[in-house]
Amino acid sequence: MATLDDHSQATPAGPTITVIRRHSLATRITHWINVLCLSLLLMSGLQIFNAHPALYWGQYGADADPSWLSIGAVDGGTRGVLRIGNLQITTTGVLGVSGTGDDATERGFPSWITIPSYQDLATGRRWHLFFAWLFVINGSIYALIGFLSGHFRRDLAPSGEEISPHHLGQEIADHARLRFPKGEKARRYNVLQKLAYLIVIFILLPLMFATGLTMSPAMDAGYPFLLDLFGGRQTARSIHFICAWSIVLFVFVHIAMVILSGLWNNMRSMITGRYVIETERDDR
Amino acid sequence: MTFSITRRGLLIGSAAGLGAFGLTGCDDVVQNPNVQSVLDMAETLTMKSQRLLVPKDKLAPEYTEADISPTFRPNGTSQPDSEAYAQMMATGFADWRLKIDGLVERPVELSLADLKKLPSRTQITRHDCVEGWSAIGKWTGAQLGPLLQSVGLKPQARYAVFYCADQLEQTLDGSGTYYESIDLIDAFHPQTILAYQMNGKDLEVAHGAPLRLRVERQLGYKHAKYLMRIEMKDSFAGLWGGKGGFWEDRGYEWYAGI
Repeated sequence: MATLDDHSQATPAGPTITVIRRHSLATRITHWINVLCLSLLLMSGLQIFNAHPALYWGQYGADADPSWLSIGAVDGGTRGVLRIGNLQITTTGVLGVSGTGDDATERGFPSWITIPSYQDLATGRRWHLFFAWLFVINGSIYALIGFLSGHFRRDLAPSGEEISPHHLGQEIADHARLRFPKGEKARRYNVLQKLAYLIVIFILLPLMFATGLTMSPAMDAGYPFLLDLFGGRQTARSIHFICAWSIVLFVFVHIAMVILSGLWNNMRSMITGRYVIETERDDR
Repeated sequence: MTFSITRRGLLIGSAAGLGAFGLTGCDDVVQNPNVQSVLDMAETLTMKSQRLLVPKDKLAPEYTEADISPTFRPNGTSQPDSEAYAQMMATGFADWRLKIDGLVERPVELSLADLKKLPSRTQITRHDCVEGWSAIGKWTGAQLGPLLQSVGLKPQARYAVFYCADQLEQTLDGSGTYYESIDLIDAFHPQTILAYQMNGKDLEVAHGAPLRLRVERQLGYKHAKYLMRIEMKDSFAGLWGGKGGFWEDRGYEWYAGI
């Protein structure tokens, strides 16, 4: 069991290697399907955003209405500008205007982050709505198994002690110093991990789903409470955008933590389920 | 040990494959017809689910006068540029007629005055463009359902096809003519109207004068402007691109409920 990995050559004097099953098969499969869905949803979503690169609050919003965020080109299409409220940031080459000089083209998000790379709303929508379905089906299976198997209760719900200010403060300090749990403690998620996963699984991803549905005129007919819940279709569209980037932010931190706390061990545990814990002799 | 190397090799290999896909293959994958036909399954799934989840006569949300957009952005054609349209416009659409034919018992041609005598409905609704923006306006028009009942549908009639006066794309074969189609569920929905008024005034040219379709539970491109003719058909396969509408022939979904 313990000879599956590089650590099999550890000397008798070194730490003891224990291999545990970290992630269930359901978690691993749904995790990677989710990676695929969220990546493609982001890229096709930005293609859709580019068709009208402005966001509004309320029931309606179009060109003549005040937007709280817009991406566009000024100075005869040579300077790209991201505007949030009254704040204007020049973003030439990335947002608003892609390329420079003779190659400069007006477009919201650049081609390397959209599907397709060229402007094509119809295709962007086809990809977005297909992977939205896959995301919802995959997420529902994950949630169902998570509740039934006790995964959420056992692995994700923090204990009362864990969310005490003292413990939280300690965890934040440890993370800031890049000190990650070792030995027995590494068997379980730490509290910051738990909270981050809970926010993504139970707040951000469901919000993406619900605000996405609120943008559907047919769903608004069937379920008008969606509009009341979010305060209008354009507000829902804005929340959809904000949540999408919040998830991107989470993914960046998530990937950084995966790398810093042991890339190979973490990757293996999410692919094969096996996770190696090193325990010092005298710890046991 | 060998096992671990193989697995690592596999991982690196798939990561490299993914990277290559990301760098070179994205648009090739996007344009692959097999990929497209798989993605198109989502439209059927969406339509079936929404038809199941939303009762067929459930109304789209209606708003109050206070909610009306100060500026309602025109989209698509804002001025059809044909000679025939210019002449109709010059006479205030006195000579304009809406032809209703195809799989109907009694084909008719209706003037604007005829349409205004029919049972009407006024609704303040939100117009959602496929691009993402929304505008709220007040629409008054003849309900399509009772009108179709009065001309009598033949049993084979499944779709109402709307032909428009505008060419959104200039083509030699006429395939740039705007057209749209809806099925009988939407045609007989109480809010599906042939609108001749917007915000209490005669429909402006930019918004589709003299008559446009309102089909409130679908996106903006379904709301055909500058209506000239409604043909009841059992299929739209033979029309231009065969997908049932100007934008549908250019890749957009025929069912535009989301």
